[in-house]
Amino acid sequence: MAELALQRRAEEGKRRSLVTPEGVDLSLRLADIGQRIPAFLVDLMLMGAALVALTFVCMVGAFTIGLTSAEIAVIVWLLGFFLLRNFYFILMEMGPRAATFGKRMAGLRVVARSGERLTADRVIARNMMREIEFYLPLSFLFYGAGEGSVDALTGLAGLAWTGLFLFFPFFNKDRMRVGDLLAGTWVVSAPRRKLSADLAPGAWEGAPEYRFTAAQLDVYGVFELQTLEQLLRDPRPEAAATVAAAIRAKIGLAEDGSHDLAFLNAYYDAARARMERGLLFGKRRADKFDLPVQP
Amino acid sequence: MTAPADSRRFRAAREGEWRRLEDILMRAESKSVRALSDEDLLALPILYRGALSSLSVARETSLDLELITYLEGLCARAYFFVYGVRTSAGSRMTAFFARDWPAAVRGLWRETLVSFAITLIGVMAGYLLVSSDSTWFDSLVPSGMASGRDFAATDEYLRSTLYHGEGGRGLAAFATFLFTHNAQVCVLSFSLGFAFGVPTAMLLVYNGAMAGAMLALFASRGLGMEMGGWLIIHGSTEFFAIVLAGAAGFRIGWSVVFPGEESRLAAATIAGRGAAIVMAGVVVMLFCAGLLEGLGRQLVTGDIARYAIGIAMLALWCGFFYLPRPAANG
Repeated sequence: MAELALQRRAEEGKRRSLVTPEGVDLSLRLADIGQRIPAFLVDLMLMGAALVALTFVCMVGAFTIGLTSAEIAVIVWLLGFFLLRNFYFILMEMGPRAATFGKRMAGLRVVARSGERLTADRVIARNMMREIEFYLPLSFLFYGAGEGSVDALTGLAGLAWTGLFLFFPFFNKDRMRVGDLLAGTWVVSAPRRKLSADLAPGAWEGAPEYRFTAAQLDVYGVFELQTLEQLLRDPRPEAAATVAAAIRAKIGLAEDGSHDLAFLNAYYDAARARMERGLLFGKRRADKFDLPVQP
Repeated sequence: MTAPADSRRFRAAREGEWRRLEDILMRAESKSVRALSDEDLLALPILYRGALSSLSVARETSLDLELITYLEGLCARAYFFVYGVRTSAGSRMTAFFARDWPAAVRGLWRETLVSFAITLIGVMAGYLLVSSDSTWFDSLVPSGMASGRDFAATDEYLRSTLYHGEGGRGLAAFATFLFTHNAQVCVLSFSLGFAFGVPTAMLLVYNGAMAGAMLALFASRGLGMEMGGWLIIHGSTEFFAIVLAGAAGFRIGWSVVFPGEESRLAAATIAGRGAAIVMAGVVVMLFCAGLLEGLGRQLVTGDIARYAIGIAMLALWCGFFYLPRPAANG
């Protein structure tokens, strides 16, 4: 449970408040490094694939019109490479989704830190900084690998220096790149979700009619209830058995041989009904350690 | 046993509206706003406010985590769509050229002067070094850039490079290469500004020194005047762009070191956004410089005409950026 509590605190640390003009806090969740790196890799691969396709088209074009007038193919290739390298990110993030294909796949989007709308100058600033965050370390890497020993040392020093920019997101709690810092943006996780069905009560045939006392239902708080909800939405038999045993022990109920999930469902249902009624009276118990104040 | 009837009824009553909002957003995001019917467009803000109020109610009365997470996601998506970009690409372009870009450049006038002075120092240093000792030339100008134009070359060859370009065929491709290369250097000098502007200054000095070394080479053969014409026709635009990119970098570096009244983060953000507008303009300027270099210099071979075009371009840019203009109304 201590592990879960730590996880919950970490989760709360990733929330950033964004109050809409209507006065509701959307409490956006910042993207993890673990979401952003795959998104960037997907974008890199897409750019690589586009570059290969561009090269192929230019070469085929050059051979069909004849090598003597192949200059146009070279120009197309150079401009295409330039546009791809500098404007893929900028144009994608200026669109209504404010995300590149990689970010879309990871369910991310770019947001202005102030909550204003994302303007073109912010997008340009955050993406032009990629030059020192990614391309410069990359060039130092190849510079170091390709040259002699003295130059390799220079390359190494350059790599260490530019590594500061590359690893910048690891060293601030908002997970901002240098580009994000300068543009006043951050990347939030806003995946498209489907609304799954509500956990229906009494779906278990032949389960005994459980009756819980108020004391039995007051053992846990909201956090435990929602953890139980997550288990019920994705039921694994061995986890259900452990949790059911723990709850039965806690509320002093003997093992009655009924189905664990049926028991958990019934307990969830009853506890949620009681706690939601409590909410209406202004009583909210965050977790099982959050004891009501004795008068 | 009573089921949590209230929160379930709440959800059942509003689920249809949430799904409709989700559907509208899905269509608008994957296609465009134009894919929506008038009916949907009118319904969108109402559905959005409805979803927001559902979220507020759910947070206070429901313990269904799945529902709250879903509503948070839906509301965030709708918020970004409803309060997102409204202006068309065309009107944004107009605003950029008519107002934003010149204003951003004017805002950088101090840094532009510094950046210009540093480039000038680079040019003079390159010129003086190579004039006094021609062996400096090889260390200042990489052989790829020089392409045979060095102290071993004959006067005739040097003269021919000024008026016949770098070898006849492949000129347009070379000009394109120079454009993309220069643009990349400009983006680099902008982004390096974040490292307190020091690498930006080094790039500017080096860039100036290269031009100075070239000038010294041609001046030593009595071709200084002609070389000036060859350089200025596109150089006035190109160097102006590089100076502005350096200025944008300096602004960022300066604001990180000396944030003034603002917090360091806020100062960096303000500087970064202004500098980004300048940088978008720098790419446009470099494109013009590429055209002048690839086409203009091949078509115009008279020295006087080259000087005239170069100086006219400079005057045009200065007028565009710095001439006072009536404040935009509205």
